[in-house]
Amino acid sequence: MFFLDHIWLIPLLPAFGAAVMFFFGRRLQKATVNAVCVGVVVLAFLFGCCAVWQYTQWAATPEHFHQPFQKIVYTWLGSGDGHLNFVKRDGSLASFNVDAGFLLDPLSSIWLLFVTGVGMLIHIYSTGYMAHEGGYYRFFGYMNLFMFTMLTLILANNYMVLFVGWEGVGLCSYLLIGFYFHRNSASTAANKAFIVNRIGDAGFILGALTLVWYLGSFRFTDINALARSGHFAIGDPVLTAAALLLFVGACGKSAQIPLYVWLPDAMEGPTPVSALIHAATMVTAGVYMVARSNAVFVLAPTAMKTVAIIGALTAVFAASIGLVQNDIKRVLAYSTVSQLGYMFLALGVGAFAAGVFHVFTHAFFKALLFLGSGSVIHAMSGEQDMRNMGDLRKRIPITFATMFIGMLAIAGIPGLAGFFSKDEILWQAWASEAFAYHILWFIGFFTALMTAFYMGRLIYLTFYGQPRMSHEVEHHVHESPKSMTVPLVILAICSIGAGYLGVPHSLMGSNRFEKFLEPVFAKEAPLMRAEEPAQLAAGKKEEEHTDPMEYGLMGLSVLAAIVGLGMAYRSYAKAGKDYVEPIAAAAPPLYTVLYNKWFVDEGYDYLFTGRRKIGDIRLGVMGAGEASSWFDAKIIDGAVNDVGWVTRAVATLSTWWDKWIIDGVGVNGPAILARMISYPTRLFEWGLVQWYALVMVAGLLGFGLYYVWK
Amino acid sequence: MAEITTLHYLVVAAALFVLGVIGVLTRRNVVIVLMSIELILNAVNLNLVAFSRIWGNLHGQLFAIFIVVDAAAEAAAGLGILIAFFRNKETINVDEIDLLKW
Repeated sequence: MFFLDHIWLIPLLPAFGAAVMFFFGRRLQKATVNAVCVGVVVLAFLFGCCAVWQYTQWAATPEHFHQPFQKIVYTWLGSGDGHLNFVKRDGSLASFNVDAGFLLDPLSSIWLLFVTGVGMLIHIYSTGYMAHEGGYYRFFGYMNLFMFTMLTLILANNYMVLFVGWEGVGLCSYLLIGFYFHRNSASTAANKAFIVNRIGDAGFILGALTLVWYLGSFRFTDINALARSGHFAIGDPVLTAAALLLFVGACGKSAQIPLYVWLPDAMEGPTPVSALIHAATMVTAGVYMVARSNAVFVLAPTAMKTVAIIGALTAVFAASIGLVQNDIKRVLAYSTVSQLGYMFLALGVGAFAAGVFHVFTHAFFKALLFLGSGSVIHAMSGEQDMRNMGDLRKRIPITFATMFIGMLAIAGIPGLAGFFSKDEILWQAWASEAFAYHILWFIGFFTALMTAFYMGRLIYLTFYGQPRMSHEVEHHVHESPKSMTVPLVILAICSIGAGYLGVPHSLMGSNRFEKFLEPVFAKEAPLMRAEEPAQLAAGKKEEEHTDPMEYGLMGLSVLAAIVGLGMAYRSYAKAGKDYVEPIAAAAPPLYTVLYNKWFVDEGYDYLFTGRRKIGDIRLGVMGAGEASSWFDAKIIDGAVNDVGWVTRAVATLSTWWDKWIIDGVGVNGPAILARMISYPTRLFEWGLVQWYALVMVAGLLGFGLYYVWK
Repeated sequence: MAEITTLHYLVVAAALFVLGVIGVLTRRNVVIVLMSIELILNAVNLNLVAFSRIWGNLHGQLFAIFIVVDAAAEAAAGLGILIAFFRNKETINVDEIDLLKW
C-alpha cells in the first residue's frame, strides 16, 4: 500500500517543481525547466494512477468495503486531544481539530486522474506553445504551483484544507491570467477574476464554517455521516443556508450566474492556461465541492432547486452569448461557462454521478478544443479573431482533425464522450421530480442546439470557407510541433473513449462510471426515497424501467446536435471575406445584445463597480457607499459638529460671564472698592514715628486748650 | 532769698518736659530720642516727688522709683532694638525707620 499511504506526496511533487522554479528558475536552461516541471507532473500522474489502483484494491477488501481512504498526516490546527474546543449550535462542545489530511474515494480518484492526466498533457503542450515566450520558468513555476494547489483541493479530507487549495487555485489563476502583465487588459482581467472569486470565497468559507458550527467536525467523512444519520430533517434551515452559501462559493469558482463574468476575461492568459485552469480543471472545483457536500445538499431541497435553476440558466445564457463572439477563445470560454451550467443542472436535480461524468468528459474535449485553438493561434501568428481566419483545414491538418473530434464530442454526436454525459444529464433532468423540471430539460435541450451551432460556427469559420487573413499571416501558417500535436491526439482519443466508461443501461452499457461513484452518492438514497422519490440513484431507476421516453429524448438531442451543426454549416462553411452573421441578418437588435454579452458587464458597472457616473453622482452600490459616506460626513458628523459648536459657544459665554461678571463684579468689585478707599486712608499712615508723636502732642495741646478755655 | 515753693518745682518739671518733647519731636538720632524720653520721664518724676513732699507721704516717691526702673528697662529694650536695626540698615536715623506703614 505504498502509494496509498504516501498519497500526500502527490501534491508535494508539483510543489517541489514550483519551489525549484521560484528559487533557481531564472538561472535554469529551458531543457532543465522542462525536465523538472513536466517531470514532476508526469510523476504525479503515475503516482496518482498507482494510488487509485491501490485504492480500488483496498476498497474491494471486505473490511474496508467501499469506504473512503483517509490519510491524516498530522494535526494542522487545533489539538488532537480535545483541549481546544468550540461551542456548537446546540450548545455542546466539539473538539477543534483540523487535520492535514488526505481523502481518496471514487470522487477524488476521478478528479485526481483527470487533473494530473490533462495537466500532464497540457504541460507537455506548453513546452511547445511557450517555447518562444519570455518568462518561461515563471510560467512553468505557476503551472506547477497550480497543480499543487488543485491537488490539495481535491485530496483534502476537510473543508479547511480544501479551502487552502481553493484559495491557492484562485491565486494561480490570477497569476496566470496576468502572465502578460505588461498588457493592461491582462492585469485588469486578472484583478477581475481574483475579485469576483473573492465574493464566492466569502460564501464558501461562511458555508463551510456554518456546517462545522452545526455539525461539529471539519472532516467530510464526519459531516457526510452525520448528514446521512437521519438526525436532520429534510429542509433543515441551517443546512439549507450552509448549502446555499457553499453554492455561492461554487458560483464564484465555477463561473455561474451571477459571478461568471470573470471567466471570459480570463482568456487573456496564455492558451494552455485557459485549457488547464479555465476549462478543464479549476473551474470544476465548484462542481467538486458541491458533489463532495452532496449529503448536505440532498437535505436542502431549496438549495438543490437553486443549483438546478442557476445551472440551467447559466447554460442557456452563456451559450447564447457564445453564438456571436468572434474571438476563438472567447467562444470556448462561454462554452465552458455553459457546460459548467449543465454540470450544476445535473447536481441540482440530484444526478450527482451524471454531473461528475460530464465534468470528466468535458475535461478532455474542452482541454482539446482550447489546446487546438492555441495551435490555431500559434499557426496564425497570434491572431485570435475568427473573422480573419478560414480555410485552415489543409494547412494544419492534425489540429483540424482533433478539433473536429472535439466539436463532435461537445455537440453531442453519438459515439463521442459528450453525447453520453450530456444525454445522461438531460434525461435525469427530465426524469426528476415534477413537471416543472421539464422546463429545465427544455432549457438544456435548447442549449444543446445552441452548443452545436456555435461549435460548428467556430470550426467552419476557422477551418472552412475562404482564407480571410492577410497574405503575410497566410504565408506563415504552419502546423504546430510534435510537443503540441501529440497531446492533441491523445486528448482527441480520450474525447472519443471517455464516454464509454459511462454508457447507460438503455444503450446496453453497464454504466461503470456511476457504479464506481455509487459509494460516494448512494448512501443518501434511503433518505431520498422518503421525500424525493424522483431523485433516486439513477441506476435503480433504469433497471426498473428503461423508459421509451429516454430513447425519445435521446433522439431529440441528437437531432438538435445535427440541426445545430447543419445550420452552422449552411451559414459559415463557405464564408468569404464578406460573410454575414445569420443572427445579425435576421434580428439585428438581438445580435447587438448578444454581441455585447447581454450588457452584463455594463450592468455591473452601473450596479456594483462604480465606474458609471451621472454628473458627479456615482451609481450603484459604490454610489450608495459614496452617498452614505457623504451623509455620514455632512449630516451625522455635521450634526455632531453643530452640537459641539453650540456647546463651545455656551462655554465661551459662561467663561465670559464668570470672568467679567462673577469674578469681575462680584469678587474683584469689593476688592477694588476697598483699594480705592484705601488710597486716601493710607495717607495717614506714612511711617515716621516722630510725626505721629507731633500729631499726638498737637492733639494733647488742643484738648488742653479746649478744656482751659471752656 | 525766697523759699523754693512747689510752683518752682512744677515750672522746672514743665520746662524739662517741654525740652524732652521737643527733643523727641525734632532729633533724628534715635539715641537722642531715647535720651529725650528720659528727660520726659524725669520731669514726671520731679512732679511726683514734688507732690509727695506737699502731701507729706511717700506714695509719690515710691511711684518715682517705679518709673526710674521702668525707664532703665525701656532704655535697655530700646537700645537692643536699635542695635538689631542698625545691623540690618546701618543707620539709626529715625527718618529712615519708616516701615510701619501700609
